[in-house]
Amino acid sequence: MTDKDRNELVDEVDSTPADAPYDAEQYSLNDDRRVKVLSPGAMVAKRFFRNRLAMVGLFILIAMFLFSFVGGLISPYDEDQLFYRSKVLKKTYASAKENVDYTLVSAHENALEGAALQGQILDALDKGKNTAVYKTKDKDYHFRFESEGTDFFSIYDDDENTLLGVAYKDVMSFNDPSFTASYAFVYAAIKAYSNGGTSFTPAGEDKVYTLDDGVIALGDEEFGYISRYKIKAALSDVVLTRQFKEQIIEIIEANRTTGEAVLEVETGEEDVTLEYYFTKNPNNGEWDIRQDQESRVYDTYASPSRAHWLGTDGNGMDMLTRLMYGGRVSLMIGFVVEIISTVLGVILGGISGYFGGWIDNLIMRIVDIFYCIPSLPIFIIIGTAMDNMGVPPKIRMLYLMLILGFLGWPSIARLVRGQILSLREQEFMTATEACGISAHRRIFKHLVPNVIPQLIVSCTMGLGSTIITEATLSFLGLGVRFPFASWGNIITDVNNTFVLTNFWFIWIPAGTLLLLTVLAFNILGDGLRDAFDPKMKR
Amino acid sequence: MNTLKFIAKRLLLSIVILFFVALIVYTILRCLPTSYVESIAMQKSQQPNSKTFEEWMEQLNATYGMDKGIIPGFFRWVGNAVRGQFGDSWFYTRPVTEKFASTVWISFLMGAISMVFELLIAIPLGVIAARKQYSKTDYTISVIALAGISLPTFFCASLLKLLFSVRLGWFDLFGLVGGNYRELTPVGQFFDKAHHLVLPIMTLVIISVGSLMRYTRTNMLEVLNADYIRTARAKGLSEHKVIYRHAFRNTLIPLVTIVGGSLPGLFAGALITETLFSIPGIGYTSYNAMIAGDIPFSMFYLTFLAILTLLGNLIADVLYAVVDPRVRIS
Repeated sequence: MTDKDRNELVDEVDSTPADAPYDAEQYSLNDDRRVKVLSPGAMVAKRFFRNRLAMVGLFILIAMFLFSFVGGLISPYDEDQLFYRSKVLKKTYASAKENVDYTLVSAHENALEGAALQGQILDALDKGKNTAVYKTKDKDYHFRFESEGTDFFSIYDDDENTLLGVAYKDVMSFNDPSFTASYAFVYAAIKAYSNGGTSFTPAGEDKVYTLDDGVIALGDEEFGYISRYKIKAALSDVVLTRQFKEQIIEIIEANRTTGEAVLEVETGEEDVTLEYYFTKNPNNGEWDIRQDQESRVYDTYASPSRAHWLGTDGNGMDMLTRLMYGGRVSLMIGFVVEIISTVLGVILGGISGYFGGWIDNLIMRIVDIFYCIPSLPIFIIIGTAMDNMGVPPKIRMLYLMLILGFLGWPSIARLVRGQILSLREQEFMTATEACGISAHRRIFKHLVPNVIPQLIVSCTMGLGSTIITEATLSFLGLGVRFPFASWGNIITDVNNTFVLTNFWFIWIPAGTLLLLTVLAFNILGDGLRDAFDPKMKR
Repeated sequence: MNTLKFIAKRLLLSIVILFFVALIVYTILRCLPTSYVESIAMQKSQQPNSKTFEEWMEQLNATYGMDKGIIPGFFRWVGNAVRGQFGDSWFYTRPVTEKFASTVWISFLMGAISMVFELLIAIPLGVIAARKQYSKTDYTISVIALAGISLPTFFCASLLKLLFSVRLGWFDLFGLVGGNYRELTPVGQFFDKAHHLVLPIMTLVIISVGSLMRYTRTNMLEVLNADYIRTARAKGLSEHKVIYRHAFRNTLIPLVTIVGGSLPGLFAGALITETLFSIPGIGYTSYNAMIAGDIPFSMFYLTFLAILTLLGNLIADVLYAVVDPRVRIS
């Protein structure tokens, strides 16, 4: 127990011959200087370095520190750098639908007005009848339909036998969007189209429009287009050419039964063809036309590759880099917590052990009380409250360290007190008292240094368990939070069964690092204890 | 008589300590911002079949003295707690003690079974390691024990799940009962539950067997170096007799103490393990209550844990004196 004091004594004896050249022949056999004297400190070091297991632990720890603190500097990526990959998605480009509804156009104003009336007429047309009745309170109106072509009817008032308008299914579109077709134009155009005509002249006009496969042209100029299909581009800024529309219709007509088709359109460039995928929605008969488009998405759960040695995590960040920064956080929290609790423990334990009496009693009862406070549940409660209040991640980390530190001191206080109690009774302390050394010096020069070996051992072991506690809290999502990485919160993803099953690189490396670090701290602590106190070992 | 006096004294001291622990816990819970508490109560009140917000706050004030200062409020809580009134859990909307009673036994069962396994594994291995100190066996056992201590629970559980549930498909990933539990016969139901408890118990054993193993080894080493062992060897006893008659019995003294001391802890539940496997024990139940901000249940659970710790210490101290006649109670 008095290693340190003996240490000082031996050091003094040892230092005298250091300046004189060592020559074994010169001294008598029983001369102290013939024997190579190792100070207790050197003995401890020698014992420690001879312990192979402890050396392994030391190497693991050095590797971990290099990995975490130097690795972060070497890594080409940042802690929260996001990575993207381009992914080819089939996006809707256009939609096409065969028009099945009749369009009504009235021949003159006030004819065919009113939704109810139109409803009756459309209903009758859809059912294939050639008459319709519209009943009002005062009067029943009778309508008669006369077929003028395929799906093209003139509507007459059956009572007065006057022409009211037309109903047709084809869709007309014009190159000039501002052009509104008159009744006469519509009638003439649809009449020609539905009867397979090649030209038409609307009544009251002298222009002759040609009609070729749905294309309305005036002279050489293309004027408009008639077809049974409604074709719309998905994006408003995309203009579909007539040629493309024709191709679409062709495809649709050809694949009406299968409901699926692919259209390859050659672009001007060589070897580049655009592919359009046609699928028919069986419910409403609408054709969805999709095109491959590249889009950038977060590169999540990417498998290990040359760029990302351990792949990427669920946010698209480089896993290896996260592990390095996570190691920093985990080790740093471990050290800060251990420092807080050691300082508190040494001060309170030292006071308690040295002064004894009621002070000792009081402090030990406080220790008993703190011993009973379950730290994990307390932090779970506080962590949840912090969640609710939206405490920023950095402040959270600070609180985590403070709370774990303040709850961790009792065991160290107990250890220090026990040591000091036994040391106090030893002769060297009586000697210091006899020499008239002040209380302050007696505590800090003679008592505390003798406690340090035990303290180092317990801190080394404590570091391991602190790191586990921090990791557990972070794993539960209550400790270190995103964007900060910690080994614990990296493994959180394993709660997702899909990740557990498929992405080993997300959680196994972090868990292994955690295990190795804690194991190394424990082995090192064991080795240090054996080195400091060989009696324990033999 | 002396022992009784000792126990009485320790019991009294424990009650004083418990009082202060409860005070600290109460203070921490009271220091949570009121807005947080109220928002939780508000959320709870909006659940179907729940009490209204006013009723919750009223009950809270009545049982926890939330409307008073910390010290008077604490005394009101103590007054209620002594009579066994811990209020209604916000999260479970049932009396706290009722919910507790329905969940604690599964935790105890899990703890007890894993403790039996721990003892069965740790003691023989610890003894072997001590007997063959510095041999390869000793190093292997020591490193395995340390690895067990160093293994974080959640990592261990995840590895077991990957191996046994995903790769081999022997067990379910979560839960205490399978999907067809209701259709099983009572015997079948028993085996279904047992089947679901295998992995959690395995996790518990793996993470806690190490420290017991090391403890056994250290104590056995200490005993083997004692004078009476040298005497036993000197008088020509067989090695077997020396180890298992003389040494092992003495090793049992600290073991009985530590095992006795950890008995109350079996009721505490394994918070992390139960949560990971969704076993509805006291640990998982409390975890859910705590992350939901359920103050009545949290307060009860924390106090309960403190009682268990104190009880454990008391039992360990008493056992130490009872088992080892060399120790005199003073």
